[in-house]
Amino acid sequence: MKDQLLKLTQEALAKIASSKTLDEINEARVEFLGKKGQFTTIMKEMKNLSAEERPVFGQLVNEAKSKTEEAIEKAKTELQNALMEQKLQDEIIDVTLPAKKLRTGHGHPCQIALDEVERVFIGMGYEVIEGPEVEWQEYNFTKLNIPEGHPARDEQDTFYITDQILLRSQTSPTQARVMEEGKLPIRMISPGRVFRSDSIDATHSPSFNQIEGLVVDKHITMTDLKGTLTQFAKEMFGEDTVTRFRPHHFPFTEPSAEVDVSCFKCGGKGCRFCKNEGWIEILGCGMVHPHVLEMCGIDPNEYTGFAFGVGLERIAILKYEIDDMRLLYENDIRFLKQF
Amino acid sequence: MNTPLSWIKDYVPELSCTPKEYADKMTLAGTKVESFEVLDKNLDKIVVARLEYVEPHPDANKLVVCKVNVGDVRADGVDDNGSVQIVTGAPNITKDVIGALIPVVLDGGCVAGGHDGEALPEDGIKIKTGKLRGITSYGMMCSVEELGSDRNSYPLAPESGIYIFPEELINELSLKPGDSAVHAFGLDDTVVEYEITSNRVDCYSIIGIAREAAAVFNKKFVMPKVEENGNSEDINDYLKVSVEDSSLCSRYTARMVKNIKFAPSPEWMQKRLRNAGIRPINNLVDITNFVMLEYGQPMHAFDYDMLSGHEIVVKCAANGDIFQTLDGQERKLDDTILMINDAEKAVGIAGIMGGENSKITENVHTVVFEAATFNGTNIRLSAKKVGLRTDASSIFEKGLDPAAAIAANNRACELVEELGCGEVVGGIIDIYPEPETTERVKFEPERINDLLGMNFSEEEMLDIFKKIELGFDAEAREVIIPSFRRDLHATCDLAEEVLRFHGYDKIVDTLPVGEATTGKLSFKCRVDSVVRNVAEFAGFSHIMTYAFESPKAYDLLNIPENDELRKAIVISNPLGEDFSIMRTQPLNAMLTALSFNYSHRNDNVWLYDMSNIYIPKSLPLTELPDEREQLTLGAYGDEIDFYSMKGVIEEIFEHLGMSERYDLDPKAERPYLHPGRKADISYSGKKVGYIGEVHPSVAKNYGMKDGVRVYIAVLDIPEILPFVSFDRKHTGIAKFPAVSRDISMLVPHDILAGDIEKMIIQRGGKLLEKVELFDIYEGVQVKKGFKSMAYSLSFRANDHTLTDDEIIAVMNKILNGLSSMNIELRS
Repeated sequence: MKDQLLKLTQEALAKIASSKTLDEINEARVEFLGKKGQFTTIMKEMKNLSAEERPVFGQLVNEAKSKTEEAIEKAKTELQNALMEQKLQDEIIDVTLPAKKLRTGHGHPCQIALDEVERVFIGMGYEVIEGPEVEWQEYNFTKLNIPEGHPARDEQDTFYITDQILLRSQTSPTQARVMEEGKLPIRMISPGRVFRSDSIDATHSPSFNQIEGLVVDKHITMTDLKGTLTQFAKEMFGEDTVTRFRPHHFPFTEPSAEVDVSCFKCGGKGCRFCKNEGWIEILGCGMVHPHVLEMCGIDPNEYTGFAFGVGLERIAILKYEIDDMRLLYENDIRFLKQF
Repeated sequence: MNTPLSWIKDYVPELSCTPKEYADKMTLAGTKVESFEVLDKNLDKIVVARLEYVEPHPDANKLVVCKVNVGDVRADGVDDNGSVQIVTGAPNITKDVIGALIPVVLDGGCVAGGHDGEALPEDGIKIKTGKLRGITSYGMMCSVEELGSDRNSYPLAPESGIYIFPEELINELSLKPGDSAVHAFGLDDTVVEYEITSNRVDCYSIIGIAREAAAVFNKKFVMPKVEENGNSEDINDYLKVSVEDSSLCSRYTARMVKNIKFAPSPEWMQKRLRNAGIRPINNLVDITNFVMLEYGQPMHAFDYDMLSGHEIVVKCAANGDIFQTLDGQERKLDDTILMINDAEKAVGIAGIMGGENSKITENVHTVVFEAATFNGTNIRLSAKKVGLRTDASSIFEKGLDPAAAIAANNRACELVEELGCGEVVGGIIDIYPEPETTERVKFEPERINDLLGMNFSEEEMLDIFKKIELGFDAEAREVIIPSFRRDLHATCDLAEEVLRFHGYDKIVDTLPVGEATTGKLSFKCRVDSVVRNVAEFAGFSHIMTYAFESPKAYDLLNIPENDELRKAIVISNPLGEDFSIMRTQPLNAMLTALSFNYSHRNDNVWLYDMSNIYIPKSLPLTELPDEREQLTLGAYGDEIDFYSMKGVIEEIFEHLGMSERYDLDPKAERPYLHPGRKADISYSGKKVGYIGEVHPSVAKNYGMKDGVRVYIAVLDIPEILPFVSFDRKHTGIAKFPAVSRDISMLVPHDILAGDIEKMIIQRGGKLLEKVELFDIYEGVQVKKGFKSMAYSLSFRANDHTLTDDEIIAVMNKILNGLSSMNIELRS
């Protein structure tokens, strides 16, 4: 019987080993392990054995069965793996074929630059406030310490609608509007469109964008202004950027400064980009003139403030190395797609 | 403002630095140097030579072989006596000029340009010994063009040919062969161009800049010394001056010079003028120009004999007066324009230009020098009115220091005596009825430090004040402002001076401390940002357009005459008609951008614009207009159609939390849109925008070819703002199954899908979850006048599985609704 069992086991294993399909393996299972399979048959013959031999033989049969079962499982797994392998082989694609493009649009470089600027200043606690583009002369000039008759009011620079209403020539009128509201302290930036009577060429446009900044509080100093703008420049142009203040004149700030940043192409060594200066002018700024504070109802003895104005196009042109300002307003999709 | 550095050094004799150092330091102290030009950067080995010998060239008609003597200078071909052979083709080098002194560049030298005066090469032109038709030339004789100049600056230079040093110059400079010709020409100099800020009137002068330079470099500043001058006569015996309107002329000074002798001014003065960009003319004109540059005080010279009554009256013109200025032009005047008159007539427009009737001619015997202080604003406005902005007016308009008038007039007379161009009459007429009081500013060092955030000692501040000639009254603790500093009035001004001379580069970096503030975007800016994101994810690219446009845009857009949209704000001084009105619709800008792309053969262009239109509340404007931000989508190409545009609008609504159903009204009047493919969009009963295909005739107006369909959608942002909400509430995910039913129907052609949906939604009530059109067909298999439509409806309840009865009840309601709309069900 033992020999019989041994033979049967060998037969089963041989049959499993020679199976080439899942069906054949199944056949083998039915043939050997099925209800009417050969192991069942051999079990039936156990009744001929003695009571002592029976459990021993029973165990042997069970071992032979589980060995067979294992072999079946193993063969099945191997076969399934082989099939999967084959399927995967058959499904190989050329990954270098062109991508199916999502059709998404692109931001305008000026808007992208503005988003950056806003991100930096919002992070420093500034509120973004907009002001009207068609503005009273009073806000555009008088309240900014540019009285009647001041050359800055010259029609050569400013578009007028009536003698009282004009297209704002700067975003600074928002300063006056925000200060007049009287909520202190103030930390705001105000981006927007401004207008100057310049013909369109590679470096000029009659309409462009500025970002005004204003901080009014007790104990605001010129060093705060420098620190703030240095921080801004580092965020915009890179951690290694250095700022340089040069004295300048604006009617609504005193002291005033123009701000250069170290050329971010050459790091300040001098290159074509910075015209060998090592510095690039980016903005104008200063301490809010006490007259301006006063005219807007803020006591200059108690409060001081700083203000700055950045040309957005200038930032975009510098940051993205755009060589002609006209590109920003032509809206050629081949240009826009680069941002 | 262009100034020769050598002139600055006249007043700051100890100044010694390279032009680059000068430019950098001045710029950092606030006198911004735009650029500087080293005049002799490309001039080398150019010497004064005496022409010794001229013989014809044996093999060339137009050339001559010369010998010149260059004194002690040695170079290739120069013999022990200093003689060197040079071949030239210059027409003015003949035997007749043997003995003359001329500039010669020797072997290895360099000149700035060619004799034709064309654009100068970056690195000049190198000169080497060479052969001309077989004869060796060891250098080249030079014209003024080769030195980088022109005949405007050297009126005595020959029209074409070699410069011959004139007798006066040779005497003045004691020129001899071997001397530097560059020095003789005054080209050993650097011209510096500054950007002077409008508050620093004093720096529109050599003296002003020299004063700054002295303070910047910590050197002594030396004012030109003006001795008392004039003969023993009294000007008052010759001339009477009265000023009628002293608010427009706060000071008027006059001096006189008789027995005028015209001559060219000496080389030192010509050189100064030339390098400052002013052409030397004659001694008298040159003196007034020289003083204008030096003191920043424009002057005028009248012919005394042409002044009727020997009188000067300063008063305004009468309305409608006509006056001929000395350029021969007739100028129309009004009663705000200040004039210089004699006893009978006007002789000059104050501060702008003199009159033809009193101009200096060669026959002049006696002149009156005027140096006055006019009201800057008035001069600026007058210059604009008469259409004449002169060098003088552009200085006057900045508002001058009254002290400069008298100083400049005395300086001019001193130069007259020095140059021997006439006899100065003694005395000065000085009409100055209300002398300015000296400005004093309280000295508050702690406030200066507070403003700057720095910590200067009182002494440091006072040291700086002293350097820039501010006085200090220690008792009153007041800073005394000299009259030439017209920009200093308050503590903040003094703070800037302290900082300027201490160095802006020494400002440290700090950040504001104090009450914390919240950084944020306004609600509208948040909405803008969401809209931009959705538009970009939907495939549209952001454009920037101009706020102003041409009124012709309305014609291009088919907008009828008298349409409200045509009531636009007009710019009174536009750049041109194309930029003359503030736009009242965003379409022209969008179509212009699309058209630009189309004409550049860009396919499938989808753009969006977020910018304002300007709606006047009344015209002409008496209050600020309504600025309404518009989202404008515009697209053309195979990949876009009406329904895709509609989809973008829906997507935007969804992201803005506008979850109600919006309505489309296809009947709205939009003449620029295709009459059968357009609609106004309303939300919650408010019109918030419109959508449609651009009318083919409008598309054509923008250069689109026949058959190119252009789609537009516009949302009026202020109108949607009240409906926007960023609040979101989680409603749970449905637990119970949905039941769907399809309805297939035959619909009369004119019934809109929107109306059917509206009815279904209304009748479907709470249970209806979704209505979806999945088929629409019109054609041969459908009877005429009808279309076949099929909807899929889906029902669901939140709290239980729907029963058949519930579904049947609601479906019946819907089916009844359909039949009331004359819609037949198809089996």
